[in-house]
Amino acid sequence: MAGKAQARSTGARILAVFAASGAVEIAPDILQPAEALLDLYGEDIRARAYVTADPIRGELMLRPDFTVPVVQEHMANGAEPARYCYLGEVFRKQDHSGAARVAEYMQAGYEVFDRTDPEAADAEVFALIHDALGGLGLTATIGDIGILQAAVAGLDTIPARKVALMRHIWRPQRFHKLLERYAGMVAVPESRRALLDGARDAAPWIGLRDPAEMEARIARLRLDAAAEPIPATDVARLDALFALRCAAPEAPEALRALGLPALDPAVARLERRLAALAARGIDLAALRFDASHGRTTMEYYDGFVFAFTAADPALPPVASGGRYDALTRVLGGGREIPAVGGVIRPGLLADLEGAQ
Amino acid sequence: MSIKLGVPSKGRLMELTFDWFASRGVSLRRTGSEREYAGAVEGAAGVELVLLSAGEIPRELAAGRIHLGVTGSDLVRDKLADWQGQVAELALMGFGHADLIIAVPACWSDVDTLEDLDAAAHAFRAAHGHRLRIATKYHRLVREFLTREGVADYQLVDSQGATEGTVKNLTAEAIADITSSGETLRANHLKILSDGLIHQSQATLFAARHADWTGERGTFAAFAKQLGVPADF
Repeated sequence: MAGKAQARSTGARILAVFAASGAVEIAPDILQPAEALLDLYGEDIRARAYVTADPIRGELMLRPDFTVPVVQEHMANGAEPARYCYLGEVFRKQDHSGAARVAEYMQAGYEVFDRTDPEAADAEVFALIHDALGGLGLTATIGDIGILQAAVAGLDTIPARKVALMRHIWRPQRFHKLLERYAGMVAVPESRRALLDGARDAAPWIGLRDPAEMEARIARLRLDAAAEPIPATDVARLDALFALRCAAPEAPEALRALGLPALDPAVARLERRLAALAARGIDLAALRFDASHGRTTMEYYDGFVFAFTAADPALPPVASGGRYDALTRVLGGGREIPAVGGVIRPGLLADLEGAQ
Repeated sequence: MSIKLGVPSKGRLMELTFDWFASRGVSLRRTGSEREYAGAVEGAAGVELVLLSAGEIPRELAAGRIHLGVTGSDLVRDKLADWQGQVAELALMGFGHADLIIAVPACWSDVDTLEDLDAAAHAFRAAHGHRLRIATKYHRLVREFLTREGVADYQLVDSQGATEGTVKNLTAEAIADITSSGETLRANHLKILSDGLIHQSQATLFAARHADWTGERGTFAAFAKQLGVPADF
């Protein structure tokens, strides 16, 4: 394992590359207010971040990542367009022991807030990180959560079902259970049938949830029960989409072959992105496309996603990133801006360089 | 040197543990006064009895301060990260049964499954401006279960006792707690989700992987043979 000094000097080298491409260095606090992070991520972040208490500022977290404070800083003070870079520690609790599972490590990152040409910005971030990593023979994988969202939005079904599926894109198990339910592939539970027939429990009402909230949900369940099942052919097309893995140059054609016309605008964006990557000298044939990439990470990426991984599957990605337009909306207090960024783990990079 | 065996220091769990060892020819008993946590072992050489609170036994096992310990499988899974890397299950002892479950108000006629809970939590958050609160003391087990099942828009609130009362007291909307008969749940107007069983717990004999076993292997092999449990882990 590289020492901290080595990780820091490798990080400084990367930071200089990021700064040379026009990014302003920012240095968010290590102690971050817990509330915004908890509100965004819920229990997932509580399991992973170190929480501490401040007598004046209340609950604080040791910075679990840079993206949220960088977005907050930009939404509060930033002019457009903006490019930021940073270098510093992040802290994540690890539930398993092992050399690769470290609780504090360096991240060097680059974030772009620019609404002029999102696909060009995607390519800029990817190419910059690709070049900063050098010739280590890492595997680069790309995906696009926006394609998955377009597929859900294009389903021929009632809006409530699309909302529920959209919400669970990042929870594959719940997503597929819901999809099977909406397609009539699993039986409606007996309790649901009885409920719609008017069965109500006689127990006294307790708790903060209001009876009107229950009635509203029952009304939604009635609409759902009356809706046509999603056709099995559509389910099969979605399954084929989620399973799609191929070389990046083949991805647009493979996506069109799925028979989902709703994907067309998203596929056109993918093609523009691939062209922008090629224009920056990226060898597209060496890129892997994985339609489900980014589905099991924390749910703020909503467009282009990427990762660079080493051959050893026990190692975390050496670099990763993606587009998070919706996060700027959530943290922006009524404003939003397309944003994309990525991070490199300099400690891991130094290890791999040392092993060469 | 000897093998240290940690056993719950009081109540029914202690008595049933003593019975389990007695039926295998090992007599465990408390010594000294009623209030003194000292113990003696007869019928097995080189084994020392340590009486501890059942809740402390997982931590003592993880630290390797005891070699063997009897406690609930729920406590080990909840208190120890990567529990299988820290302890080995030697025997399920067949008593101390309790289910860790998720329960919601019985009046929620529209909520019977985790799918319902997830949908209700989504609407609840939109209506109330905060996540649906689930009161529990089993944070790790409950969080891992809900993550695996893909339930969102909830938060855990800590409750170390009288958890069934938190919904009526408006400090939580649902609970995750241990139940054996369900009597207390019904009395508090709560019902168990039909797919809300998180873990079926029972008293279990564990071995500490990180304890100092140097020079104790022979003693343990004989003890394990007497108890009828695996000698290698």
